[in-house]
Amino acid sequence: MKKYLAIFRIRFINSLQYRAAALAGMATQFAWGFMEILAFLAFYKADPAAFPMEFSQTVSYIWMQQAFLALFMVWFFEAEIFNAITSGGIAYELARPVDLYWRWFSQSVANRLAKTVLRCLPIFIVAMLVPGPFRMSLPATHGQFLLFLVSAAFSLGVVVSFSMLIYISTFYTLSSTGVRIISAVLADFLAGAIIPLPFFPQPFRAIAEMLPFAAMQNMPLRIYSGNITGINAFRGIGLQVFWLIALILIGRYMINDALRKVVVQGG
Amino acid sequence: MRLYMKYFSMHLQSQMQYKVSFFLTALGQFLVSFTALLGIWFMFMRFNTVEGFSFPQVLLCFATMLMAFSLAEFMGRGFDHFPRIISNGEFDRMLVRPRRVALQVLASQMEFSRLGRLVQAILVFCYAIPASGVNWTYDKIITLCLMVICGSIVFFCLFLIYAAISFFTIEGLEFMNIFTDGGREFGRYPFSVYGKEALRFLTYVIPLALFQYYPLLYILERKTSSFYMFMPLLALPFAIPAYAFWRFGLSRYKSTGS
Repeated sequence: MKKYLAIFRIRFINSLQYRAAALAGMATQFAWGFMEILAFLAFYKADPAAFPMEFSQTVSYIWMQQAFLALFMVWFFEAEIFNAITSGGIAYELARPVDLYWRWFSQSVANRLAKTVLRCLPIFIVAMLVPGPFRMSLPATHGQFLLFLVSAAFSLGVVVSFSMLIYISTFYTLSSTGVRIISAVLADFLAGAIIPLPFFPQPFRAIAEMLPFAAMQNMPLRIYSGNITGINAFRGIGLQVFWLIALILIGRYMINDALRKVVVQGG
Repeated sequence: MRLYMKYFSMHLQSQMQYKVSFFLTALGQFLVSFTALLGIWFMFMRFNTVEGFSFPQVLLCFATMLMAFSLAEFMGRGFDHFPRIISNGEFDRMLVRPRRVALQVLASQMEFSRLGRLVQAILVFCYAIPASGVNWTYDKIITLCLMVICGSIVFFCLFLIYAAISFFTIEGLEFMNIFTDGGREFGRYPFSVYGKEALRFLTYVIPLALFQYYPLLYILERKTSSFYMFMPLLALPFAIPAYAFWRFGLSRYKSTGS
């Protein structure tokens, strides 16, 4: 456990170095979130009765999504891992007395957390200060906020264990770009990255809420905004735990299988 | 121009060597905009109109933006990679060759898999053009063509500006994404949806609305003045500051070494 924490710490500090990039990223995300809210506002004005969430909930959802972009979006992959597999650098990794799965796992978690820490605070502050309907609201109760934190942690776990499957699949396919884009796009869509899941029409919504992708950003963001409360929140977190364990088990199985047959790429 | 065609066929041949990878990537690009399309569709299953625009009318908008963007992106992909060309010193080699620098940068990278988006734009047009209920006369067809052509030129200029900024910063500036990728993403709805201030900004500063919102009004017969039909042409002078900025950056270029 100690060595994985060390990997985590090194990666975390390393990622904190890119401050200028974080600043530019923040400005982009802020503008992006603002435009997104304006679009939803137009729909809200067109027909408030058809709006499946309260408008303030949607606003909170979008701001939190922008603030935690690096934490929850599947498409933040680690290019380094793909390169290690395709260039043969994996041979060094295999020689080390570290379990590959958990090494990559902690590396991904660290990078995502570091990126988020740099970015989220300023976005929060601005989102809390903007006027009127655009302002982000706080969760109704302390309990709700606590549930959000728990759910966010599991969500990160699910996202990372899902991307582990993509990394491992590179052992078989070698060229990863296509698989990478396709899986990330579908996962993010079904996790509610483009429109929140409550906006999905039935029966799509019912199906989407059962999938592992619903255990990603969908859950913590909706718990924070107050769209999911009480017993439903606990049920949602239960679903997250289930998918986290399932994805890790599948990932462990796949990596063992892949490493048994691994052919190191020369060069 | 002949040189450009030469580069063109070279890139095409090299990418065709990896066919599976090529098609998967193209499919991925297709899916990226397809989920955006699904998002619009889901929203319209719940709300029938937004700002008075119906679903097929919004799709007309979506397809115009997508086509303009993918044409520009396909041509101007080299500019997207430009920060890397600068930071690894490749640019110094380009400068000593007796050919136009901009041409070499353009030709340094072409990604044919980006055409996955173009295919989608064409498919959406196939649905939206008959379904939008527009009485298609010649002037409206011309308007639509102007929207796509001028639109891709504007996007192309945005890529050029993005590249020119990296003369000063070495790194690519993520902020420009809000105008390029953001323009594409948010251009799926007519820009009036975002309120007056946003519309004004997108008319006078970054002329994205000139080839999207105003001519769309003409096509939908909300405005009859033919001034609206030729609005996309007004966006073209945007190329002048964009190119001037590129020249300015070029004159200030300092090599990164290595």
